[in-house]
Amino acid sequence: MRAVALLLGLAAAATAPFWVWNPYHLHTLIMAGIFAVLALSLNLLLGYTGQLSLGHAAFFGIGAYATALLTVKLEWSPWIGLLAAVVLPGLAGWVIGRLALKLRGAYFVLLTISFAGCVSLVSVNWMDLTNGPLGLPGVPALEIALPGLPSLSLRTKVAFYYVVLVAVVLAYLVCLALIRSRVGRALVALRENETLAASVGIDGTHYLVLAAVVSAAMAGFGGGLYAHYTRFVSPEVFLFTYTVTMVIMVVAGGKGTLAGPVVGAVLFTVLPEALRAATSWQWQMLLYGILLVAVLFFMPQGIVPALRQLGSGVRRRASAS
Amino acid sequence: MDQLLQHLLNGLLLGATYSLLGIGLTLVFGLMSVVNFAHGEFYTLGAYAAFAALMVASVHFFLAIPLAIVVGAAAGAVCERGLLRPLRGQSIDTVMLVMIGLWIAMQNAELLGWGGVAKSVPTPFPTQPLVLGPVSVAPLRVFVFVVSAALILGAHLLLARTKLGRAMRATFQDRETAALMGVSIERIHTVTFAFGAGLAAAAGALLGPVFLLYPSMGDLASLKAFSVVILGGLGNFAGAALGGLVLGVAEELGAGYVSSGYRDAVGFLMIVAVLLLRPSGLFARAERVG
Amino acid sequence: MILEARDLTVRFGGVSALAGVSFQVAPGTVTSLIGPNGAGKTTAFNVITGFQRPTQGTVRHDGETITGWRAHRIAARGLVRTFQKTSVFGGLTVRENVLTGLHLRGRVGVAAALLARARVRAEEERLAGEADRVIDFVGLGARRDELASGLSYGDQRLLELAVALAAGPRLLLLDEPASGMTASEKATVAGLIGRIREQGVTVFLVEHDMRLVMGISDRVLVLNYGRLIADGDPAAVQRDPEVVRAYLGSGAHAHA
Repeated sequence: MRAVALLLGLAAAATAPFWVWNPYHLHTLIMAGIFAVLALSLNLLLGYTGQLSLGHAAFFGIGAYATALLTVKLEWSPWIGLLAAVVLPGLAGWVIGRLALKLRGAYFVLLTISFAGCVSLVSVNWMDLTNGPLGLPGVPALEIALPGLPSLSLRTKVAFYYVVLVAVVLAYLVCLALIRSRVGRALVALRENETLAASVGIDGTHYLVLAAVVSAAMAGFGGGLYAHYTRFVSPEVFLFTYTVTMVIMVVAGGKGTLAGPVVGAVLFTVLPEALRAATSWQWQMLLYGILLVAVLFFMPQGIVPALRQLGSGVRRRASAS
Repeated sequence: MDQLLQHLLNGLLLGATYSLLGIGLTLVFGLMSVVNFAHGEFYTLGAYAAFAALMVASVHFFLAIPLAIVVGAAAGAVCERGLLRPLRGQSIDTVMLVMIGLWIAMQNAELLGWGGVAKSVPTPFPTQPLVLGPVSVAPLRVFVFVVSAALILGAHLLLARTKLGRAMRATFQDRETAALMGVSIERIHTVTFAFGAGLAAAAGALLGPVFLLYPSMGDLASLKAFSVVILGGLGNFAGAALGGLVLGVAEELGAGYVSSGYRDAVGFLMIVAVLLLRPSGLFARAERVG
Repeated sequence: MILEARDLTVRFGGVSALAGVSFQVAPGTVTSLIGPNGAGKTTAFNVITGFQRPTQGTVRHDGETITGWRAHRIAARGLVRTFQKTSVFGGLTVRENVLTGLHLRGRVGVAAALLARARVRAEEERLAGEADRVIDFVGLGARRDELASGLSYGDQRLLELAVALAAGPRLLLLDEPASGMTASEKATVAGLIGRIREQGVTVFLVEHDMRLVMGISDRVLVLNYGRLIADGDPAAVQRDPEVVRAYLGSGAHAHA
């Protein structure tokens, strides 16, 4: 049953540009994809190791700036830029993980907020590097240039949609591969009972750093994609709104599951677009806040686990009757 | 030298209000183990409440502040009863996320209600600074300092000398015994949270006229409050009082000698430094581990 | 000597949780650490296994000084401990708990997890087999797929033992493994400890149940107020007047 739904979903996703005619809707799907990558990255920390990073937009932003700076100021290839968008935030994640050492819970959150705050201030104040509030326009589009063939610029929405789709699948597979292994068990052990984990030889710091690095690198990747899609990067990428959106996607979608963040990402990108016609973004954010509280009260596990429980309940009733 | 003195004075004056903010949070975070990321929103609420009283209801300036405190405390009580009480027993992370949700909701409600344009609050004080030898100081800031100090003193007396204060301290030291002695645990939780919110609202009402009012002013306030709490140690009243002053002075020195654009970074850096070097706070006695 | 503690002292404030405690544990034996409540037994465990730093003193394992090492490094040397308060991974099933305990028996890291799926599959199969063996050894086979948080108290303590065994200990430190158990559950635990010893694992346990302690121990150490007051075979210790005084004095009984 689940396999069928999955196949249908994949088929729909793969053919979307052919039946989503409105280019604005396609844009929405592209943003949903980028956020899915971000949500999956945050989920690694929040859902699996149990630590909340409220500064995750910082990794997103560093990735965006990394590729923007390299491609605009140094005129390097966007693919190198994307690589930098993965490596630099990954490094930042390593720093955070090592700084955190024994910090857990609220203290870890505060560390991440402080880090994000500092990075944000630098992006605004260090005008020589980042152009400050004016931002960096003119970020080039991704381009596939194989020898012998004409270069294919991935600047159309359709082309970029497929780039993002591949990115989401890649991110999902990376998370899956990690979770379904000894590494994933160690991460979960951190969340469930770190003292017990240490008593069986699991190095909490090592695995937290690992989760932080992969999580940050993935978020940076999302930032790189964002930069080459919108072709403009400004300190707005560090807005707390992005972090909040990521958190809501993960928590409402279902932290600790792999489908949850993806479902959450799609839901919370499509929903605001539907609301946009009716209301302003302030109402949207207000609703987010209320929704976060409501989900935590009534569906603390998130939507995907709730649906699964519903599904197994229906199956049980069906087989009983 | 004169500049240094000026910075120190400014820092102390500002720091007293940070102390107020921090004390409110340390009680909630330290005693109730609630990671109140919405603390800054009660600060904002206090600021806007005072503004509303002044501009809409034409209340006198000196009345607007107690009014703001009452509004803040009432909002705190409502939040505690409506959100925190049903969640009692849930993991600290769930409560933290709920507070984040409250933060988002409150801030955007403010944004919708008041608009994003910054507002300034008129005060009855002359803008001409008082000159005291090598330093000068705005009368408004002196007023803010005096009121902050008075509120801190009042809070201390309430906690140390009154029956309510004793009940609060008892509840958070040993819940079961306090309950056996007839203390209503539920009521104490509500009162403590309202107390913290009220202090935050007071800080907002006091600092509103000093800076400008805008809906996201609470974000930095929250962070500075956490900074103060971490500096002083969780649940440590005196630590928070001292921590606020330290933060105020550090900020002023940073803004004066390094760069004013990075002023707020001081708070962040303090959090990072203290968390890394002495997580139990600068003023806490060394605690045993394990 | 597989374990050697010398002059262990833990002081904070004005209180000494441990004061100059020295002892040795011979390989392949069952040694018990007893004493009235608050005598410092769990503190001793914490210091030996890296969960607490001693103010003074050294711990040597197989000739190497491990004082102050972090807990997971000590566990990697084969010193695995259980906890006084039931400690399991509540949100995981029995099998997942034990699989997590098998962490040291696996080798897959991030690189292999991402790039060498065949190796991951092979390791998962091997670990699954080992997990089943450990689960059957403690007798939780029927509850393999149940959530740890849903188990009965006795079964949770058995699970705790299974998780510790999964880590492949050569020296197993059990902190009150039989506390709160029924008589038949205690017999099960005693039997398991015997079988564990037969497999060459040295056992060092803290216990209050005297019958259990005297029944399985080769050697008994007695702590009181952080000091070692007796060290010898069970019969001798039971007769030691100072031990009797320590127990009667604190109001506890020397006989279960």
